[in-house]
Amino acid sequence: MSLTETSAFEIAAEVRAGRLRAVDVLDAHLANVAARESEIHAFNTVTADEARRSAEAVDAAVAAGRDPGPLAGVPIALKDNMCTRGVPTTCSSKILDGWKPPYDATVVELVANAGAVVVGKTNLDEFAMGSSTENSAFGPTFNPHDVTRVAGGSSGGSAAAVAARFASISLGSDTGGSIRQPAALCGVVGVKPTYGTVSRRGLVAFASSLDQIGPFSHDVRDSALLLEVISGHDPLDSTSIPQPSLQLLSELDRGVKGLRIGRITDLPGGSEPEVDERLSEAFDALAAAGATIVDVELPSMKFGLTAYYLVAPAEASSNLARYDGVRYGMRVEASDTNAMYMATRAAGFGDEVKRRIMLGTYALSAGYYDAYYGKALKVRRLISDDFARAYEKADVLVTPTSPIVAFPVGSKVDDPLSMYLCDVFTIPTNLAGHPAMSVPFGTGAHGLPVGVQVLAPTLGEAVMFRVAAELERGAR
Amino acid sequence: MLVGSFFVSDHPSVRISADAVAKVARLARLDVTPDDIARLTSQLDGMLEHFADIDALDLADVEPMTQPYPLVNVMRDDVVAPSLDRDEVLAAAPAAEDGRFRVPPIIGLEG
Repeated sequence: MSLTETSAFEIAAEVRAGRLRAVDVLDAHLANVAARESEIHAFNTVTADEARRSAEAVDAAVAAGRDPGPLAGVPIALKDNMCTRGVPTTCSSKILDGWKPPYDATVVELVANAGAVVVGKTNLDEFAMGSSTENSAFGPTFNPHDVTRVAGGSSGGSAAAVAARFASISLGSDTGGSIRQPAALCGVVGVKPTYGTVSRRGLVAFASSLDQIGPFSHDVRDSALLLEVISGHDPLDSTSIPQPSLQLLSELDRGVKGLRIGRITDLPGGSEPEVDERLSEAFDALAAAGATIVDVELPSMKFGLTAYYLVAPAEASSNLARYDGVRYGMRVEASDTNAMYMATRAAGFGDEVKRRIMLGTYALSAGYYDAYYGKALKVRRLISDDFARAYEKADVLVTPTSPIVAFPVGSKVDDPLSMYLCDVFTIPTNLAGHPAMSVPFGTGAHGLPVGVQVLAPTLGEAVMFRVAAELERGAR
Repeated sequence: MLVGSFFVSDHPSVRISADAVAKVARLARLDVTPDDIARLTSQLDGMLEHFADIDALDLADVEPMTQPYPLVNVMRDDVVAPSLDRDEVLAAAPAAEDGRFRVPPIIGLEG
């Protein structure tokens, strides 16, 4: 097996044992980058020199008898909305052009301290707003399975970097499905953990009541390993849940016998037929493994899209007020400060970001707050209550991740609403703050990957990973 | 504020007017061209039409949900600790002078 097909779990075990050199693992992945990055465009920045120094340090530690940690020598890619000290952090926006953060995000510190080797910063929809990674100031990311199609988004670069084996694992952020949907479209595992389980210090904010960092990997075990490393309380993130890191690797072989798997009977329709077929096969696989399939209703789920596309832009319009040409990034000079703000923001933000800032500003404006933002917060409560009732009957829920497989580049860019509909199955999780993950489960139209989503209640990661591991066995 | 008058639609099926879009752009500190306003008006109107699906819900007795996990504010001890290096932070700014961010005049045409 080649070094780029070896799992992160095995790489770390071999490197820690001194049987494999981190620099050789890195070189194998960088060779893939050299061969295919020009047609994939997964990265905004490849940090080859820094990666080589990190890999050499890992090898030196092993040679000196020190343990580099549970991700020893594992090449990792980071979504370019996570702050990396001295390395450009752009959020794929012109407005942050040239900015080099003065500190590392907590997750960046955690993976580095665990021995991982950062190979680069990955492309995204500008400020994570999008479902295709086409809204990037630096151009789209293309799907490694078919380079005429999108990689999904907003963490399309992180999904594609793993799918193309440019990195063994990667980190993304998920506000309405931005880890799970690109994972499904690129045929890899992607996890959105419970809100508050992974520190967001140093993650550039999009919608603060929804954003959460999580892993991408080729298999369920590697995501469990990475999530164990990055989870846990961070006193520097005031929304961090005060609890120790998650313990997941021990859950993977427990099977699903006796678990209750919820099937949502009033799931919004419109999925491609092959996607519905894979979902049906996923339930069959879980039932064959000893789980009980139970029917649940989530009548408010169909209103999730509306609640999300009012709440997220409202929070974004506030978070993105900080880009004013004063403290970082670009500035368009003007005669007075207000004119400078307006010219800088007009030149620095792309169309989708402007659209959402406008929508959010409108939803929060005097006279319209109650009709839009206030109402959306109430719908959010309805969805959360629906989930609570469903989880009285079921331990987890299973749905498709995306209603459709990877679509052709350019086919939805002029129709924002049809792009938003890609997130119909992933958005409710973020509104409720729950964990959910996408697991590759066969193929759909054009032989493209299909992902099945496992949803669990707050801090239900252990049971979620048990079911995901069973689905992975069932898909083989 | 004359907010109300900005948001009066000139057609019953139109949910947001071009004047309202121009007003929101000023609130959001975004320079917009007439073409931008026309495009944004059409796109936002389409979205707001879709978002009307929640108008049929009875939400009178529903408590708004602002965050997903019941956390309370955390206070740290008020002690001096290392922070970001001032020169390093200012080096990232478009303009700095005498250890401070430099901006154009604050009082101007639209102050």
